[in-house]
Amino acid sequence: MYVAVKGGERAIDNAHRLLAHHRRGDPAVPEVASAQIREQLTLAVDRVMTEGSLYDRDLAALAIKQARGDLVEAAFLVRAFRTTLPRFGATEAIDTGAMQVARRVSATFKDIPGGQVLGPTFDYTHRLIDFLLEAGGEPPEPARAAADDTAMPRVTDLLGADDLIERNPPGDPDAPVPDLTREPLDLPAGRDLRLQNLARGDEGFLLALGYSTQRGFGRSHPFAGEIRLGEVEVELFSEDLGFAVPLGDITVTECQMVNQFKGSSTEPPRFTRGYGLAFGHCERKTMGMALVDRALRAEELGEEVNAPAQDEEFVLMHSDNVQATGFVEHLKLPHYVDFQAELGLIRQMRREIAERQAASTPALKEATE
Amino acid sequence: MTSHPTASGYNFAYLDEQTKRMIRRAILKAIAIPGYQVPFASREMPMPYGWGTGGVQVTAAILGPDDRLKVIDQGADDTTNAVSIRKFFEKTAGVATTTHTAEATVIQTRHRIPEKTLGPDQVLVYQVPIPEPLRFLEPRETETRVMHALEDYGLMHVKLYEDIARHGHIATTYAYPVKVEDRYVMDPSPTPKFDNPKMNDCAALQLFGAGREKRIYALPPHTKVVSLDFEDHPFEPTKFDHACGLCGATHTYLDEVITDDAGGRMFVCSDTDHCEERRAEGHRGDLLGEAPAEIAGAAE
Amino acid sequence: MAVALAFADPVRDAQAAFRAVMNAMARPGSVQPVAGLTGAPAPLSPTAAAIAVALADYETPLWLDPALAAAPDVGAWLTFHTGARIVAEPARAAFALVAEPAALPDFATFAQGTDVYPDRSTTLILQVASLTGGPVLRLSGPGISGHAHLAATSLPADITAHLAANHALFPRGVDLVLAGPEGVAALPRTTRVTEEA
Repeated sequence: MYVAVKGGERAIDNAHRLLAHHRRGDPAVPEVASAQIREQLTLAVDRVMTEGSLYDRDLAALAIKQARGDLVEAAFLVRAFRTTLPRFGATEAIDTGAMQVARRVSATFKDIPGGQVLGPTFDYTHRLIDFLLEAGGEPPEPARAAADDTAMPRVTDLLGADDLIERNPPGDPDAPVPDLTREPLDLPAGRDLRLQNLARGDEGFLLALGYSTQRGFGRSHPFAGEIRLGEVEVELFSEDLGFAVPLGDITVTECQMVNQFKGSSTEPPRFTRGYGLAFGHCERKTMGMALVDRALRAEELGEEVNAPAQDEEFVLMHSDNVQATGFVEHLKLPHYVDFQAELGLIRQMRREIAERQAASTPALKEATE
Repeated sequence: MTSHPTASGYNFAYLDEQTKRMIRRAILKAIAIPGYQVPFASREMPMPYGWGTGGVQVTAAILGPDDRLKVIDQGADDTTNAVSIRKFFEKTAGVATTTHTAEATVIQTRHRIPEKTLGPDQVLVYQVPIPEPLRFLEPRETETRVMHALEDYGLMHVKLYEDIARHGHIATTYAYPVKVEDRYVMDPSPTPKFDNPKMNDCAALQLFGAGREKRIYALPPHTKVVSLDFEDHPFEPTKFDHACGLCGATHTYLDEVITDDAGGRMFVCSDTDHCEERRAEGHRGDLLGEAPAEIAGAAE
Repeated sequence: MAVALAFADPVRDAQAAFRAVMNAMARPGSVQPVAGLTGAPAPLSPTAAAIAVALADYETPLWLDPALAAAPDVGAWLTFHTGARIVAEPARAAFALVAEPAALPDFATFAQGTDVYPDRSTTLILQVASLTGGPVLRLSGPGISGHAHLAATSLPADITAHLAANHALFPRGVDLVLAGPEGVAALPRTTRVTEEA
């Protein structure tokens, strides 16, 4: 019997054991339960669900625990699980206009039908470390209001009613739903595919690109038309029954940016749109996404394309943090074969230069004498 | 050679059958159009992008229960990533594995082609990080795919010629571009150019998988593969001034190992299986016996 | 619920059939054994059925030649076992199944790929009565050391002209998979084919 494996396998096994040990930390401190992560680190869970492209709070919480709190690693765990799941079909488009709203703000109007709902937000907190949290204890009950059936139309729909914002193209229920996890990305991509890419994209990457558009690299005069957070129903059309069957509710965050208007001598001016949507409460992500979505529409809207956020290939090819982290971190893998080839060449070239210099030196000496 | 039962809960070789069919169709197209990069719907794998996901998907799609798999990284069977990928297939496919090049029916590799000449019953699967040979000259996929369509490889020749003008040499030592059957310029993956001649007229089927970049390409057996060069600057494979310190070979690719902090070095075969076989046959290098066990390895 | 399976062992049998096609494509002219699906409805041959079930699914539209399209069981059987749609236009097909290669339509009616994406082409699966004993074709090109021979029966008399025109399109073109009782052989677009003198 040939011993196939030498040092490598034992080293890997030992590294995995040590990793598990470090994940657990000091055994005198109680182990964190994934239910605690699910309930108390909800924004981390939401980010992992969004970038992991799978709506499952328990799984995302477990992934965060397994990943020692590394959210990109956790999203990767969720993605690798997701890829093995069978596909049954595509759901009906969700209707965010019918959302059970938990938070809804608009920066474009002082008041809107249904009102501004601040909801659970850090926005007006003072960023002072709360040392009382260390001691624990239950927070006071949230304030409650009587249930209100007032409709909460989307701000963009209100603008649309006056024809002041570009119309979204009508949905075609028979059109195929593109899915970059099932087909290789083909450029130029349609806006649907771009939005899928951005929804899965890294929050930090979208944040930086969105920020760059505000600083002038692809400026689009954005207004936060509306940000809404809440539950929407997901339905799947059943061929057998002939109608859509509700599957359950999910929480999503939607951001609709109202941007730079566009018109011509014949076409009356209208505001344009940028769109962001994510699982759970991911406000920063959806705002960055909406800015980048709008920036990527530059060519379609007849604008000059010269900023990174407007460059479809650049944005779509580099937005995915699971791809990016893998390739950046692969530099840790051994490359000594390639490095040896470079070492050989650099030594040869240095030798040749040294020989040339040596050969020319006596001649120089003679010439100066 | 060792055989392992399959871990339950996974399909054979991890991938679901629909994914395998999709990859298999891409492989057939790749074989039919040698050197052309076929786009495929690369899946997320339980290992990071850039760590062999393309090679792993190709291997998983072709592997059968009667195969014997060898996995190497930098030419060695016991580098950590080679160990990790071999374990993955032992666990998910229960497939027999080997370190002997001659015994393997499927060899997955990163950065090397084995020294032993491959035979007609073997498939060599390369892990590819950047499949596009023109990528570092033109970063846009939308541009490079048109360059391939038009067979417009002028940019590559300009780059190689600029090397010569600046350095007196073509300064590419690995991932050295090749032309396949006088048509497609192809990236051989980051193998050292020492290995390029082995690709030409090779009896084995060569398959290339790039997971993150979502491309598969292939060289059927006995395909013409020519390293790009110029008449006045012909392609020259890397040569070594040393023999292997362990087995004395003078025809192999060598790793340089730093043995102390006083400038001590030794050169040893990068293909560990080949080196061990030669030692088993009685070949002796200058430093055999002096080399530390981590370098000399444990031949049978 | 018992569902009739095409392959007795779907994972293993599909892999074996694919590997035979892969080896055939990698070595044009060589005959690779394939375990046929004897349950396939006539005139779909057991070998062609095994290849179709191994490679086709809901992502690959199938085109059937008139002989296969005329047999109502064939389309239903293929759709049931693969999930593939049967399409009427050959240019939309990923695979074309041909029971009567002698009546093969012009290759130009199938998808031949584009200069940018030459892989977006139809693969023709031709049923032949035998992979040996027919007129001897001399083959050369990638996958072949020197030259090779193939002597399949049932092919149209002017097959070499069709194949030469196909080869001239490279990198565009179609690839041929020949399914016979002995197994599978292939003539990819790279193969240069002449009649043996």
